Amino acid sequence: MIAELGLAALWLAASLAALQLLAGALAVAGKGGDMAGLVRPAAVVQGLLALMSFAALILLFARTDLSVLLVATNSHSAKPLVFKIAGAWGNHEGSMLLWVTVMGLAGGFVALIDRRLPERTMLATLAAQAFVSLGFYGFLLMSSNPFARLDPAAAEGAGLNPLLQDIGLAFHPPTLYLGYVGLSVAFSFAVGALITREVGPLFARAMRPWVLGAWIFLTLGITAGSYWAYYELGWGGWWFWDPVENASLMPWLAATALLHSVSVLASRDALRTWTVMLGVVAFSMSMIGTFLVRSGILTSVHAFAVDPERGAFILVLLAIYIGGALVLFGLNAASISEGKRFSVVSREGALVVNNVMLSAILGVVLFGTLYPLVTEAFDTRVSVGPPYFNPVSAVFFVPMALVLMAGPLLRWRQDNAGRLGRPLIIAALAMMAALLAFVLLGGGGTLALIGFVLAGGLAAASVMPLKGRNLRRTPLAVWGMVVAHFGVAVALAGMACESAFSVEKLVAVRIGESVVVGPWRVVLRGVEPVAGPNWTALEADMTASYQDSATVAVRPQARSFWSPPQQTSEAALVTHRFGQLYAVLGEAAEGGRWQLRLWWKPFVTLIWLGGLLIALGGLLALTSRVAFDMRRGFARRRIVMRREDTGR
Amino acid sequence: MLVIALAVLAGAALLAAWALRNQASYFYVPSEIVASPPEPGRAVRLGGMVEKGSLRTQADGVTLMFVVGDGKARVPVRFSGIAPSLFVEGSGVVAEGKMRADGTFVADNLLAKHDENYVPRELEDMDQHQARQVVSETR
Repeated sequence: MIAELGLAALWLAASLAALQLLAGALAVAGKGGDMAGLVRPAAVVQGLLALMSFAALILLFARTDLSVLLVATNSHSAKPLVFKIAGAWGNHEGSMLLWVTVMGLAGGFVALIDRRLPERTMLATLAAQAFVSLGFYGFLLMSSNPFARLDPAAAEGAGLNPLLQDIGLAFHPPTLYLGYVGLSVAFSFAVGALITREVGPLFARAMRPWVLGAWIFLTLGITAGSYWAYYELGWGGWWFWDPVENASLMPWLAATALLHSVSVLASRDALRTWTVMLGVVAFSMSMIGTFLVRSGILTSVHAFAVDPERGAFILVLLAIYIGGALVLFGLNAASISEGKRFSVVSREGALVVNNVMLSAILGVVLFGTLYPLVTEAFDTRVSVGPPYFNPVSAVFFVPMALVLMAGPLLRWRQDNAGRLGRPLIIAALAMMAALLAFVLLGGGGTLALIGFVLAGGLAAASVMPLKGRNLRRTPLAVWGMVVAHFGVAVALAGMACESAFSVEKLVAVRIGESVVVGPWRVVLRGVEPVAGPNWTALEADMTASYQDSATVAVRPQARSFWSPPQQTSEAALVTHRFGQLYAVLGEAAEGGRWQLRLWWKPFVTLIWLGGLLIALGGLLALTSRVAFDMRRGFARRRIVMRREDTGR
Repeated sequence: MLVIALAVLAGAALLAAWALRNQASYFYVPSEIVASPPEPGRAVRLGGMVEKGSLRTQADGVTLMFVVGDGKARVPVRFSGIAPSLFVEGSGVVAEGKMRADGTFVADNLLAKHDENYVPRELEDMDQHQARQVVSETR
């Protein structure tokens, strides 16, 4: 019954999306008449119906209803409840349903609250949003029905990939999806504005909160994904340039560029066509990411759908949306003037450098990710990894970071570079200090050195916009910028330290023996079997002490899940003020020894701390924008009311 | 300004294309790597079957020596680290690493079937006989 309800809600939501598209399109063409009034309510109800459908799926998973095919193939009655619920979106159909749910809710939200844009642009935006949603509804209903029944019901479920049975999973995909879908709203705004050719500060201010919100979620999703890969895979690395990781990085790069250009458009009415273009590109990257991850073209824990038909479906959707938007851009961009001019040395100029460099990095990552697919067409198998991505993206990151030190200090429209003498000298001194520190500490690696030096300069330069301000009166948006830019410096410092100063030990030791890793002494006291709700494991009982101070317990496990049968390595982490000790238990070796792999990673946690700071900066900026808009909204309403009072 | 921006983006494309040619890691099967070995020190991947009876653990307890073959050629491989749990003799493996001048392959990382449903992509195309062997040996 619940499954049928969920499916019915999904069909209804799809029909409402069709209605919303039709009514919106007619209204924009000027033929709708009363139909225009239907668009906003349709968007709201559509979102709620999608939510209902998703709630039904969660309920089915929570109850482990094995008469539903999706539950039977992806869940298991012996799984902890939180993983049962998370399992609802840990598969292809469920994750697509989550996608349309978030998308429907976002569309409903726009319809409900946004009153800034001219009504015609708004209707075009909502119609575009419905058009995109409709494709995904079609995808779900035609080829990926999450509510399909299984007759007879299964006796037991097949289980969920153990790598995904982790609390991080409960948050990682929804977070990324909020980001992807937020960019779909930005895309709809861009398409709406292209149709009515009304691109200006109003459009930018309506779009900005969505870009900011999407960007915050993408930042959090990538940060969480990186930490998950770091501790769950047991390889000690935090970023592998895996196509799946790139699929989340590319929309982030585009969104970061969009975030900066949209603020130029909002405050200076410049970079009009470029901002619209980026709005299209950012969502394209989300779609390409989804295609790469979901098509089965790549093999990874994320590739649920190893089904060429589904890949083809996403590819067709991608071609329709992106191709359509680009055609629209080609037709209408010429009639959108470029907006206000500015000189090279100005805030706008610096932001253009940011945009160009981010786009270049995006191109580099996109090429590297797609290259193996291209060569495979010519029967050559290659994989592309850090030796390509690290140096080539650094070529464009370095100039961007250097301009970032000066950019926020520049004035809009036109400025004199000489004015920045002192702040730049301070940044240069910070970079020299970082260089000295790096050499004295005996760090190695060219890229790590460059990263460390830039981190020093950025950390110093990023707080300079606060100089001479009353800190209590400083607008939240400025704080947001400062915190986010400082976060970049922090993350960069973490990456450089991890690369330059990590110590690794790979040994086989007997019980009672000790290993020295950097400043740590680790003792293996025993290895014993332990059991969890749906796994058994060998657990190493180890103690570690930092420079002979008090010992802490370290308990890495080699786990065997039985449904589905799979082995995972659960690394043990000890977080210390100066970094993390990372321990992995291997197999038994001859002579009663156990394989251990240990790392001491100084300041590695700065990487994710930096990611969180960047997201926090975004949150501060978003709060300030939303508060500002609300205050203005109230003020406007008060004026209207006063006018009505005085009898106008 | 527009010209400079376009020039940077074009430069990015050229640089990416050039770097991809030089830095992409190619996939070899043993008969290919023996016939035309990559230059020593270049990162490549080698895929094949771990020959039965070839797996030895060195005295340090963490270095593995084994032979990867494809029925036509055999390549000795050395790997230091914790092998994936389903890495066993007679099953398929993809080794990431470098070829040395003496004909030994030094692996930094091993990819094996890590669950029943997952087969490294490169092993999907092995001929039928080998595929059947992988399935029968590892179940």
